[in-house]
Amino acid sequence: MPDELLVPIASDVDVVTARQQGRSVAANAGFSSGDQTVIAAAISELARNILMYARRGEIAINVISNGDRQGLVVVARDQGPGIPDVGRALQDGYSTSGGLGLGLPGARRLMDEFDVSSVVGKGTTVTMKKWRHLSS
Amino acid sequence: MEVPILKQGHYLIASIQSALTDADLSQLREALIERVGRFRARGVIVDVTALDVMDSFAVRTLRDIAHMARLRGAETVIVGIQPEVAFAMVQLGLTLKGVATALDLEEGLAFLDGVARERIERGQGRVDRA
Repeated sequence: MPDELLVPIASDVDVVTARQQGRSVAANAGFSSGDQTVIAAAISELARNILMYARRGEIAINVISNGDRQGLVVVARDQGPGIPDVGRALQDGYSTSGGLGLGLPGARRLMDEFDVSSVVGKGTTVTMKKWRHLSS
Repeated sequence: MEVPILKQGHYLIASIQSALTDADLSQLREALIERVGRFRARGVIVDVTALDVMDSFAVRTLRDIAHMARLRGAETVIVGIQPEVAFAMVQLGLTLKGVATALDLEEGLAFLDGVARERIERGQGRVDRA
């Protein structure tokens, strides 16, 4: 895919890079500047989660289309400790890191589709999508 | 990138110029809290107009700055949160509860002047001696 963009996450500088790249891909795909901000904020939270729990991982950003819709898919992958209870991790205020516990549930509210798959001891993959309607 | 901090009268003004890493934000927090003491500042303004995203770490650090500065006797006001940034913050569930905000630098200065006047009226203000 020509629009594939991969950002390795291993330090706080990479968090900034990932969200800036996400914003620029979203801008090129025609998202409004409000949506660009929302996408950048969601990417920032996922990148931060990778750093906090897995130390390193990667974020892939792709433009997708489905019929008359165009969208953006963001995949955050790590080979970290995994999430034992995904249901709880998606609840507001639940954190095992001493953070605010808003990362996953917050990012989910910002995006249209959100999926977490995690295996303890193997890692976590979060896939989230934002759709742009052609009329907007 | 280090955030420049200007001293204007009894106030410190930190004007964020570009995207900040977590380390930059932490450095800003340390610098402001130290300077509140060094310059005997009564107020702190953090101008975030140039920030195009505020995530959980940024919000927590701004809140920490405001609370720490208050413990050191200075009031903080965050100015310049852009409309889209505000929208994303609310969706993320991020609040700046207990922290003063103002539209822009001008409003922020007016807010701090108001706080200073109230303090003097309550007899807690400092009378500058010649």
